[in-house]
Amino acid sequence: MSLAEKTRPAEKPRATGRERKRQREPRITDEHGRRIRVWELALRYLLLLGVLALTIGPFLWQLSTSLKGPTEDIFSSPPKFLPSDPTLHNYERVADTIPVWDYALNSLKVAAANVVTNCVGAALAGYALARLRYRGRRVATLVFILTMLVPVEGIIIAQFTTMRELGLNNTLVGVLLPGCVSALNVLLMRNAFLNLPYEIEEAAFVDGANVWQRFCRIALPAVKGTLAVVAIFAFMGAWDDFLWPLIVLSDPSRFTLTIGLNYLHGTFANDERLVAAGTIIAVAPLIILFACLQRYFFRGVGEGAVKG
Amino acid sequence: MASPTLTTGTPGARKGPGPRRVRRQLPASPWLFAAPGLLIAGAFILYPFVSTLVNAFTDRRTLVPGEFVGLANFRELLHDDMFWIGLRNSSLYVLGVVPALVLLPLLLALLVQKNIPGITFFRSAFYTPVVASIVVVGLIWVWLLDERGLVNSLLETLGASPVGFLSDQWLILLSAMGVTVWKGLGYYMIIYLAALANVPRELHEAAAVDGAGAVRRFLTVTVPAVRSTMVLVAALSSVAAFKVFSEVYLMAGPNGGPAGEDTTLVMLVQRTGTGLTGRVGYASAISVVVFVVTVVLMLLVLRADRKEES
Repeated sequence: MSLAEKTRPAEKPRATGRERKRQREPRITDEHGRRIRVWELALRYLLLLGVLALTIGPFLWQLSTSLKGPTEDIFSSPPKFLPSDPTLHNYERVADTIPVWDYALNSLKVAAANVVTNCVGAALAGYALARLRYRGRRVATLVFILTMLVPVEGIIIAQFTTMRELGLNNTLVGVLLPGCVSALNVLLMRNAFLNLPYEIEEAAFVDGANVWQRFCRIALPAVKGTLAVVAIFAFMGAWDDFLWPLIVLSDPSRFTLTIGLNYLHGTFANDERLVAAGTIIAVAPLIILFACLQRYFFRGVGEGAVKG
Repeated sequence: MASPTLTTGTPGARKGPGPRRVRRQLPASPWLFAAPGLLIAGAFILYPFVSTLVNAFTDRRTLVPGEFVGLANFRELLHDDMFWIGLRNSSLYVLGVVPALVLLPLLLALLVQKNIPGITFFRSAFYTPVVASIVVVGLIWVWLLDERGLVNSLLETLGASPVGFLSDQWLILLSAMGVTVWKGLGYYMIIYLAALANVPRELHEAAAVDGAGAVRRFLTVTVPAVRSTMVLVAALSSVAAFKVFSEVYLMAGPNGGPAGEDTTLVMLVQRTGTGLTGRVGYASAISVVVFVVTVVLMLLVLRADRKEES
């Protein structure tokens, strides 16, 4: 499969390296420029493939199960890894069982709104913390730090009663609100703005640009990378969230995809093909997003961990 | 990319038209910038936090405001078997998951650190479980570990008898831990990769010249060099592990497995505090225990760090 293709190129540079006799060793080197022995390289690839099977294998097995037709035995031993007669039938059936596309749309709505609110809210607040001078700036920073430290799992019941008081329980707005400007994102944006050289903004300041112009025209374009990280993690966080929507949403017609899947699993646990199709629907968009924007995913881990 | 949204978002911030008047920024504008963030943080995180602390001393229910009852909730906790089961399971979770999540991702990071061909593909592939929702991951493993699922049919093929991963109280907890570790590997691997990039090559070379083998170099060069990152990972993963909910909820079921023996503390909070008859006060008291243990865990990790340093 694809992994075979990926490892194949490994041989090539080594062969070309061999041709260069003067180098007296294979040209595969580590990050320090030291050479790696052939057996060590082979061992490395063997381990890499083993871990690959463990991390990607479960997803592929789920995909395979979702493509197996009603007549095919999914419990066979020894297991059959590939569907003998691949069909999309299960994807149609899961839509007949639960309104899976409505759930996906609900998830998409919450995730998209979460991206917008987090980008706007965190950029504005981050800028205020990093660049603007006013009394109480330190207090504001402290408020965000304290907010970040509160373990969300511990306050869900109080969040739920707050939502009830606002009449927002069992609505998508209620799902969205608590995380719509996350303190971690505010602090990430603050750091990004702090790292910008002051001089550029000072020049704009001297030229007569006001706060809003400096923010929009100069500061914001300079932190696009961090903004992208915030956007991606906001989308992923909302799309993947489970505990909070589980508590807020009680009406099955308003479920998001994760809650819908849990519901499907609870009601029709005996039909593994349907659950498999449902999980693939839920995970595919994120895997595609990740494949396209890997850089930002990895960057987000680094920046988030330093803060968190 | 977000700037068009921003321009329409806060029209009120467009102030100070004259070029020379800019110096005297309107005093309200910084607060306007910070307002949305502060409002959300205050209303939906800090206020619920404070009200959790207050509710813990009341007998509030979902539909009944409740009255101050002093320490009654906490006294009841002491005699509540389910609370002790929850505390036991959440603590076991920390003990089971944290060592694995401190060590395995480090080894994985060492494996993918060298820039050999195709390595970016492997790095991304190892990160994929992090991207997937915990519900997806949980359901995938529920199917894999099913009585007739892939793992058991492989075991049968090898001649072993099937294992009831999802029917035995302890195996359920262990399986859930496995899922947590599986999902977390890629995340902490990336954290370690960043730390490993900062280990000076001279150290490794010097050790190699001195004839230290791979294991020796790992223990004497790598581990000390990434020690602060290991502490960070231990802190992050232990706090997360103590608050475990989704994995166990999905694998053991909403009621926490056979006779509720797999209930974790956060599951207990969710089960006690929600619904029309939810005991908000009592659930808040359990939440307070979660807060306290979380803080204690952080302090323990940091203290272990300091002790080792001296």
